[in-house]
Amino acid sequence: MQELLIISGKGGTGKTSITAGFAALARNIVIADCDVDAANLHMLLRPVTYHTEGFIGSQKAEIDPHKCTNCRTCEEHCRFDAIKILNAHSVVIAMACEGCGVCRLVCPEGAVTLEDHMSGHLFLSDTRYGPLVHARLGIAEENSGKLVAKVRENARLIAETQDSDYIIIDGPPGTGCPVISSSSGVDLALIVTEPTVAGLHDLKRVHRLIDHFAVPAMVCINKWDLDKEYAEEIETYCRHHKIELAGRIPFDRGVVSALAKGLPAVDYEIAGAPQLAGAGHAIQHVWQAVLHRLSSLSA
Amino acid sequence: MLITIASGKGGTGKTTIAVNLALIIKEMLPVMLLDCDVEEPNAHLFLQPSFTQHRGVFTTVPKVDETKCDGCGRCSSFCAYGAIAIVEKQPIIFPELCHSCGGCSLVCPTEAITEIPRKIGSVETGAGKGIQITKGSLAIGSPLAPVVVNAVRDTAPANHRGRVVIIDASPGTSCSVVAAVQNTDFCLLVTEPTPFGLHDLALAVELATKLQLPYGVVINRSGLGDSGVYDYCSEARIPILMEIPFDTRYASCYAKGGLLVEAFPDLKEQFHNLWDRIRDRLASDKPPYAWG
Repeated sequence: MQELLIISGKGGTGKTSITAGFAALARNIVIADCDVDAANLHMLLRPVTYHTEGFIGSQKAEIDPHKCTNCRTCEEHCRFDAIKILNAHSVVIAMACEGCGVCRLVCPEGAVTLEDHMSGHLFLSDTRYGPLVHARLGIAEENSGKLVAKVRENARLIAETQDSDYIIIDGPPGTGCPVISSSSGVDLALIVTEPTVAGLHDLKRVHRLIDHFAVPAMVCINKWDLDKEYAEEIETYCRHHKIELAGRIPFDRGVVSALAKGLPAVDYEIAGAPQLAGAGHAIQHVWQAVLHRLSSLSA
Repeated sequence: MLITIASGKGGTGKTTIAVNLALIIKEMLPVMLLDCDVEEPNAHLFLQPSFTQHRGVFTTVPKVDETKCDGCGRCSSFCAYGAIAIVEKQPIIFPELCHSCGGCSLVCPTEAITEIPRKIGSVETGAGKGIQITKGSLAIGSPLAPVVVNAVRDTAPANHRGRVVIIDASPGTSCSVVAAVQNTDFCLLVTEPTPFGLHDLALAVELATKLQLPYGVVINRSGLGDSGVYDYCSEARIPILMEIPFDTRYASCYAKGGLLVEAFPDLKEQFHNLWDRIRDRLASDKPPYAWG
């Protein structure tokens, strides 16, 4: 079983549309949506969820007002500015608390407890392409990396039970904590970029991250014909850094039309829309290139 | 005045709105732009500033004096983040997991733990096109984006009366976005008229509501998708403050790092209108985030 991560650095380059395309083309897979902060893959895969569970991301401190003598020792030691005086009592600002437990440690009255904090949900679902593990981090919550790890752990369990060939992971944008958690130990990362000054800049950063974790990478240029000069510059960068180009996908309004119907672009094309000669076809080529690389990596 | 540019979904045009709006406001008021998308900062690509100051952003991580450590393991069992493991009575530190709470040095009975600085990113300040800009970059491999976001925000003067500070946030709704958005005066939510755009706009609206911030919506690439975003905004009575139509000329200008307000006079006027509408919203005496 191999794990493929689809990642981009810059947001909005087309990760989810491409992941959904792969899901439609592949056989014997498990799909994992690790963009837990703004998950979208379910809108194309239309899952039927059979299991939902709460995600305890951290603990939060609570102060018992009957035991608290307002000595403010906790406030002095809190590095997160999470304890404030409200109506002459020390209270915890839940959004700022990181659950470290220092306040409980230093409280001379034993007035502080740490309570489990539910910061999101994890879903196990079935789709017409295979099992999907996805999640939803609550608004303004932290520890997205931990929830990503949980999504991947569940995807691996299902893949092992079903003897799947691949886990296809839709990654989050950026280079921070959820991206790091999505990248660790995957077999291959496909970086989806776009031919813009920002696309190239962000590709370089995310490639450095992937390289830092010694994960093999491929690049695919989405909407490549929107600026062929920048597309060429990206290809030059890839050649210099010995990153294999998985392919180019043309800009295609049909991708948005397919999305409006809740279909991956490849399926929409198969469903016979003549105006869609572009993106869906190109995604098939990219998938073949990715499969080829995966098989050479496992050899 | 502090204005944040946010969006649930990535790639909707936050940076485009931030830099072009800054250029318009600059004609009337001093403007500062804070690039708080520290995982992938991009605003400098458009404003081409010369950065004159550069400084590191640091957190603290524990360092164990092995001559004092007796391997009792209290630090490891205290740490809520799994940043200290004890293997054969020897502590091993995982600095990237540490939240710098200081608990390990407090629980250590032999005073073997001190805290040392660890670089997790950098902040650069400078000016480009008459706009003061601060760019934050999270070090590659470091997960602690909110700490760098706060360092970027600290470069703005505490008293911003008479000037406008524009904050370019990262996509999503998690802790690093909260760090960029909280305690600002107005939130511009940039979206695109697609089902993904709509889904993530609803998340961004939830965030702005939770933080009790007044907000309005900018629809980028209008004409490309469907009517979902419009129906949602009209039903929830959320004002659409500007629309930028999808146009390959705009896409190509953006691709090359160009500025819409310099290249397209009609868009320049649109951005002027956007600024007027933001000021109108803020001047009205309605309670925050109630638009009705």
